[in-house]
Amino acid sequence: MLVNALRRYIDKIKPNVEKGGKFHFLKSTFEGFETFLFVPNTVTTSGAHIRDANDMKRAMILVVMAMIPALLFGMWNTGYQHFFAQGIEAGFWETFWFGFLRVFPIIVVSYVTGLGIEFVFAQIRGHEINEGFLVSGMLIPLVMPVDVPLWMVAVATAFAVIIGKEVFGGSGMNILNPALTARAFLFFAYPTWMSGDKVWVAGLANGMETVDGYSGATILGQAAQNKDTLVNGLGEPYSAWDMFLGTIPGSIGETSTIAILLGAIFLIFVGVGSWKVILSVFAGGAAMGLLLNAFGGNALLDMPFWQHLIVGGFAFGAVFMATDPVSAAQTEKGKWIYGFLIGILAVLIRVFNPGYPEGMMLAILLMNVFAPLIDHYVLEANIRKRLKRAKVQA
Amino acid sequence: MTEKEPLFSAKNLKLLREPLGSSNPITVQVLGICSALAITVQLKPAIVMTLSVIVVMSVSNVVISLMRKMIPPRIRIIVQLVVIATMVILVDEVLAAYAYDVSKQLSVFVGLIITNCIIMGRLEAFALANKPWPSFLDGLGNAFGYGLILIIVSFFRELFGSGTLLGYQVVPESFYEAGYANNGLFVLPPMALIVVGIIIWVQRAKNNDLVESN
Repeated sequence: MLVNALRRYIDKIKPNVEKGGKFHFLKSTFEGFETFLFVPNTVTTSGAHIRDANDMKRAMILVVMAMIPALLFGMWNTGYQHFFAQGIEAGFWETFWFGFLRVFPIIVVSYVTGLGIEFVFAQIRGHEINEGFLVSGMLIPLVMPVDVPLWMVAVATAFAVIIGKEVFGGSGMNILNPALTARAFLFFAYPTWMSGDKVWVAGLANGMETVDGYSGATILGQAAQNKDTLVNGLGEPYSAWDMFLGTIPGSIGETSTIAILLGAIFLIFVGVGSWKVILSVFAGGAAMGLLLNAFGGNALLDMPFWQHLIVGGFAFGAVFMATDPVSAAQTEKGKWIYGFLIGILAVLIRVFNPGYPEGMMLAILLMNVFAPLIDHYVLEANIRKRLKRAKVQA
Repeated sequence: MTEKEPLFSAKNLKLLREPLGSSNPITVQVLGICSALAITVQLKPAIVMTLSVIVVMSVSNVVISLMRKMIPPRIRIIVQLVVIATMVILVDEVLAAYAYDVSKQLSVFVGLIITNCIIMGRLEAFALANKPWPSFLDGLGNAFGYGLILIIVSFFRELFGSGTLLGYQVVPESFYEAGYANNGLFVLPPMALIVVGIIIWVQRAKNNDLVESN
């Protein structure tokens, strides 16, 4: 009933934005909303094309759905870390509600800024509105420390959308992953809000009272200082289960490997994320970790290879960032190379550059830049192979 | 050529004006980028750099133009370098004597004016084939065009990166108390590249003739 009424209303106002209508200048905005609500009824008129009902928007929504476990866990963990630092026993809903109130504004700011800019650009250029930001807008909050000021989120989002995406021609033309561009921008522009011991637990940066001797350092932060045992805020060692479950300080959505893996299974199941990329990132990280373990020497080099895969943003980057279909390698063989190198570089940067305790962001951005090169050589190799075969038969 | 050309004929004025816009050495010809990245962190060094380049460029353009009929083509690059280097050393010494702080800040980059491709480019492309007066105007125009971009870039970099202009605090203290923070990225060279890119974007959006067809 309601749906039909909505459809009728949309059809009624549609003539106003068609060519000649008085609101024609708002056509992109109108189409954006119309196709968001309903599957568009456009049909391919020439040639024999098969059109899947699952268009870009639907695909993007599926990715957002895959992020929900990580998001919900991130909200709960925000509250959990906060109360843990204060030494307060809080119930499940109280914990979750606290986290929700801290995380939700970041999501709103990210979406409002990003979509606002997307709408303006689409309108100016007379394009359809790109759906890409539906995913980026959710990824950005998930890779932020919870205490990041909201205006910084807005500035970073604007930078990522304009410089990371629109200057190249919008979604689908960008070289770099927009969400990671936003994070890298903040990381270099406002380092005190993006790294260190204070930013990962809600309230800590603003001088919240904590239990005596509390420290908000992340696992990778401690590892970068060559600590032998990785401990929580009160100095008790973390178990592997803590790291896997995600009850550790970190960016909002990155801590829980298990929630991210749930998302990964969903992405692979619906065919949106490439399992080749995900698998090869983990393989690359493990291979590099094993290699470093074989040399050993200090606590950081001796950090077990599997631990690299479950702490920091490794899993989150592998599942949600590296698989971005626009900035990843396009060829099937290229995806293996691309993913594997991301894994290797991430661990390499973590271990050999203590200035950047989290190497995942830089590793993915670097490989984003190299993805077209990888594709080029994969294609060349294929052409050479086929030419050779043709000659043999001739 | 019986009639004498007026000093500021339309043709000569064009030499002055065009480098500021449609044939800007940085944003259109994309020359001299290295120094544009290096010395634009603050406004003051950028202004001093601009003045230095104006002096070096206009004088060496005139000198080369005066000598253009005597220079054997095979060794012209060497001769140009000698002239530029002489001018650069003079400027460097003057700066060290009268503006020691800025000269320290600019450090090696004053010396590196020698390698600024804009200067060599103008000597090669213009002064070797034109009379002294047009060459002087061409040198001035290109140096202004270069300095204009330098000053725009350094204005934004100092404002957002340090909250100051010419060393004076312009972002009020109350902003910082309200949570504003200086943007560290603007202090790093990559941001200069991005700002130059944005200027190129704006310029091309306004002047469609500059957009290459492909």
